[in-house]
Amino acid sequence: MNFSDIISLLRISLHAMVPLALTAIGEIVGETAGLFNIGLEGILLISAFAGALGAEAAGPYVGLLIGMGVGGAISLLFAVINTYWKGTQMVTGIGINLFAMGFVAFGLIQLGAPGFHIVPRADQLAKIRTPIGLYSPIILLALILPFVIHWFIRRTRAGLMLKAAGEMPEAADVAGININRIRVLAAVFGGMMAGLAGAHMSVAWLGLVTKGLAAGRGFIALACVVFSGLNPLLALLAAFIFGFFQALAEWVKTLPSKPIPGEFVSMLPYIVTLLVVSGAIGRVRFPKFLGTPYKRE
Amino acid sequence: MSTKEGLQQSRLLRGVHRTLTGLHPALESLIAALVGLSVGAILMYVWGFNPWKAYSALIQGAYGGSYEWASSLTRAGPLILTALTFSICVRAGMFNIGAEGQMYMGAIASVCIAYFTLPPGLHHIVGLIFAATVGAAWSLVPAALKLMRGVSEVISTIMFNWIARWLALYLAIYVLVDPIRAEKTVSIPLTARFPLLVPRTDLSYGIFVSIAFALVIDFLLSHTATGYELRAARLHPSAARYGGIRNKRTMFLSFILGGIAAGLAGATIVMGLPPTYAVYGGGGLPQLLNMGFDGMAVAMVGRNHPIGIIVAAVFFGGLNAGGRVMQFYGSNPVPLEMVRVVMGAIVIVMSIPELIRVFPMITRAGQNLLQTIKRGIRGGTEEESA
Repeated sequence: MNFSDIISLLRISLHAMVPLALTAIGEIVGETAGLFNIGLEGILLISAFAGALGAEAAGPYVGLLIGMGVGGAISLLFAVINTYWKGTQMVTGIGINLFAMGFVAFGLIQLGAPGFHIVPRADQLAKIRTPIGLYSPIILLALILPFVIHWFIRRTRAGLMLKAAGEMPEAADVAGININRIRVLAAVFGGMMAGLAGAHMSVAWLGLVTKGLAAGRGFIALACVVFSGLNPLLALLAAFIFGFFQALAEWVKTLPSKPIPGEFVSMLPYIVTLLVVSGAIGRVRFPKFLGTPYKRE
Repeated sequence: MSTKEGLQQSRLLRGVHRTLTGLHPALESLIAALVGLSVGAILMYVWGFNPWKAYSALIQGAYGGSYEWASSLTRAGPLILTALTFSICVRAGMFNIGAEGQMYMGAIASVCIAYFTLPPGLHHIVGLIFAATVGAAWSLVPAALKLMRGVSEVISTIMFNWIARWLALYLAIYVLVDPIRAEKTVSIPLTARFPLLVPRTDLSYGIFVSIAFALVIDFLLSHTATGYELRAARLHPSAARYGGIRNKRTMFLSFILGGIAAGLAGATIVMGLPPTYAVYGGGGLPQLLNMGFDGMAVAMVGRNHPIGIIVAAVFFGGLNAGGRVMQFYGSNPVPLEMVRVVMGAIVIVMSIPELIRVFPMITRAGQNLLQTIKRGIRGGTEEESA
């Protein structure tokens, strides 16, 4: 392994970190308010597809915005079901994932080649040219956003209201905070971030959409959230670790000597996720009312 | 009006009331299915298909005759088992979404019986035991991680699904591979294949494994102390512990039972699937793919009850079988993937409790109707007494 290998490994890790980091940050906001969305995987997949279509129709920025919009819209449905209609969050999330698997596979067939769709280079988001390779500008956003959210949750009034909605909804309700509205807003923000992450994959990073594009990233992002204990900065760190192992797996696969069968290399990110999560748990504490709909007595 | 008649009438009214205000579980499932099918119809219309033609092809292909029924039931068999995996754990208050991976491992384990010879019957049983053991073992690790390290079973089972997928692909491509045809594993020998139930279809006796297991689970859940403990652990964990129920034991038990069910699902697919009775590594395990995830939809529509699951599995098996017909029907055929869109929509609708309360209009209409019926009955009895 020489210097250029290390640089390219780092470059791929940073790109792979972005979807995990953005999705995890969005989910941290949602979980702080008390909504646990396991439909992130599906949101990533659908918004990657919608973002690619948008980019081809009207340019990369529109593509990213459409990805965010679609992610936000799906999360809005999720949030309304699980606040006003007192639904079961796990079940809604599983439904979103199933729907996305079918919908994207269906859409890809309608676009022509079954299984995958390539976004033309002209419609992809231009990468920033640096002395050490090409970088997507969204990496910068993913590096800054955790700090902003960290400040927002800990230092602003709105952030405190968010925490109250998850920790003690009854007290917050008495203090005149509209719990359901806060939860819906938080979940929509989370969905928009997951949507941006999905659109990043298709429009700014890989330049293609496949049925298996999400590849468990939504759940790995959930693992980041679990690892971080709802601290956005730790979530960024976890996203980088998991991104690094995804990049490492891709890199080992391209080695000419093939030291390990490709199937075992592909397992690596998932095994690392399991190990990290099971090592980290125990010290973290989650909002008291995470996952339960708020009902006024 | 005698007391007995009054009782009967009030019981009837309560039944009508439950049905109209959406408290009846079967009706909720039915409405969810209808909403899901309508979402599918709208999407088909938007993409320029004719939903009416597509659905009539689907229903024709699912329940149009004995061949179609057989192919629907073939697809229902494994779905019953993977749905049980999910619902046993839900009964104990956990979300085990690892049926997919446990099923892969079960299928691979049952292929291993091709390497030795046993008399028929015994060979079947050994195959099922192999698959059940490996499926249960695969589900034990997430259970242990939850118990010892507090890792959420949602994350660990999903990670295990991906690990199982790559492991199964590796084993199918390099270890258990058929030396003559590299795209598949070795075939299950004749002595361990489930015979066909209906000739010239793919429905085998494997379906009875699914139904028998569902009935065993039904008995276990509603007629034994173990089933009571499982339910108590969900409803009130601390009260259950106080009452002498060992929550850890029930948790392990629900995961093991779930793993057994998923492993058996893999075995029935491989041992009962003509023409080759093997797992295809090439193309990424096509016969197994998504059976575990579809099982979750079946479990929810079946309200996590074994009998409900059997009914729901026949519906979803029909969707899958009919979808295969639908994708070749007419000049503008609808792709099979539409079926999973419908499933997802159904599950999303199923997550809303007391569904109809969401739509106050229907509730109000129902209550008006109820009032009319009440008035009608009262009027009738007054006339009688007059």
